Amino acid sequence: MSRVYRPKDLAEALQMRADHPEAAPLAGGTDLMVTRHSAPREAYLNLFNVEGLSGIEVIQGGAIRVGAATIHRQIACSPEIQRAAPILAEAARVIGGRQIQNRGTIGGNIANASPAGDTLPVLLALDAQIEVQSAARGARLIPIEGFFKGYKQLDLAADELITAVIVPDHHQDALYFRKVGTRAAVAISQVILAGRVKRVEGRVIEARVAFGSVAPTPIRAREVEAALIGHPVDPRAADALDVHPIDDIRGTAVYRRAVAHRVLRTWLRAL
Amino acid sequence: MSITFTLNGEARAVEAAPMDRLLDVLRGPLGLTGAKEGCGEGECGACAVEIDGRVVNSCLIPVFQVEGATIRTIEGVAGERLTRLQEAFLAHGAVQCGACTPALVLGCEALLAEEGQISRAGVREALAGHLCRCTGYQKIIDAVMDAAEDKR
Repeated sequence: MSRVYRPKDLAEALQMRADHPEAAPLAGGTDLMVTRHSAPREAYLNLFNVEGLSGIEVIQGGAIRVGAATIHRQIACSPEIQRAAPILAEAARVIGGRQIQNRGTIGGNIANASPAGDTLPVLLALDAQIEVQSAARGARLIPIEGFFKGYKQLDLAADELITAVIVPDHHQDALYFRKVGTRAAVAISQVILAGRVKRVEGRVIEARVAFGSVAPTPIRAREVEAALIGHPVDPRAADALDVHPIDDIRGTAVYRRAVAHRVLRTWLRAL
Repeated sequence: MSITFTLNGEARAVEAAPMDRLLDVLRGPLGLTGAKEGCGEGECGACAVEIDGRVVNSCLIPVFQVEGATIRTIEGVAGERLTRLQEAFLAHGAVQCGACTPALVLGCEALLAEEGQISRAGVREALAGHLCRCTGYQKIIDAVMDAAEDKR
């Protein structure tokens, strides 16, 4: 029978994380409970309803700090997130169905590190930072792009927990989110596009083009970003896209590449 | 371990392993079989129950996480009489085989309770995580819209 450690607050959770590195962090359970039989863990560390791990607050510079154990539904309904980072609220609305959104957490979505994680390209497009903490070394902030080091590999030490996501205020930028799946809802994504463009006098000065489900990790399409910078948006920048998805049960590589190009061009044409 | 919580308005205690699924504890020792196991992996919604006011899939809830929680299952929805929504399900033929119905009724009751204005699109979005293989959903949405007459 699996052991379960149940901290009452964040400080105790960090201590338990250090003392019991074999225990799998468990928040809403929407991923881990599915593999409870096929890949059982010898121990779990509970992070759901632990004081200090959830909630949404505006911090300095108008950025928003989202506690790791904040559920998707709360993110979808948050006026602060709808204003500063509406594409994050949009993504939270299409993760599973309402019952999943009522339990799954943003920290869990990040920690699970699925290439198809719906919030991950959005966090890339928003230049989010991941806050991690350990009992021994305190907190550190990691730009999201460096956090995904490989397939399901994170820049996270054995004694660290993901404690929050920091999302800058991007309400003045053009933002885009598009999820393509076999169904409009409750589908694992075949292609996810999240984009952000900042323009001055019509010219693009900053561009983020991020995809999910087309690589072992969520990725930025830097070749497209480079093509966009310095002039008015030209939809032909989409032709620079160079992604290499795989064939799997949800779609073929050829299909994914074609769809990724098409959704990108559709967004750029609408800008 | 012993786990205590409020279930359909009554204080309950149950012995279970911490990682047992809430669904199994409800259907086994507690004898409440309204929540069904369809897929067992959070896709079909047949096991939905309400925990602290939010509808969740009980197949994905380790029972230790409901210590101190307030749980409502389909068995706690109707009192002496059916709710307006349940009457609407009957009137519109929104039930066929019935496997998805208890969870759907819970999901719809939660929707009616939480949101101000209700539209057909809003109902579709809220019910996306409930699979029904009989009705084609139209009769279910008709029933919810009927029950939400004063909120449309």
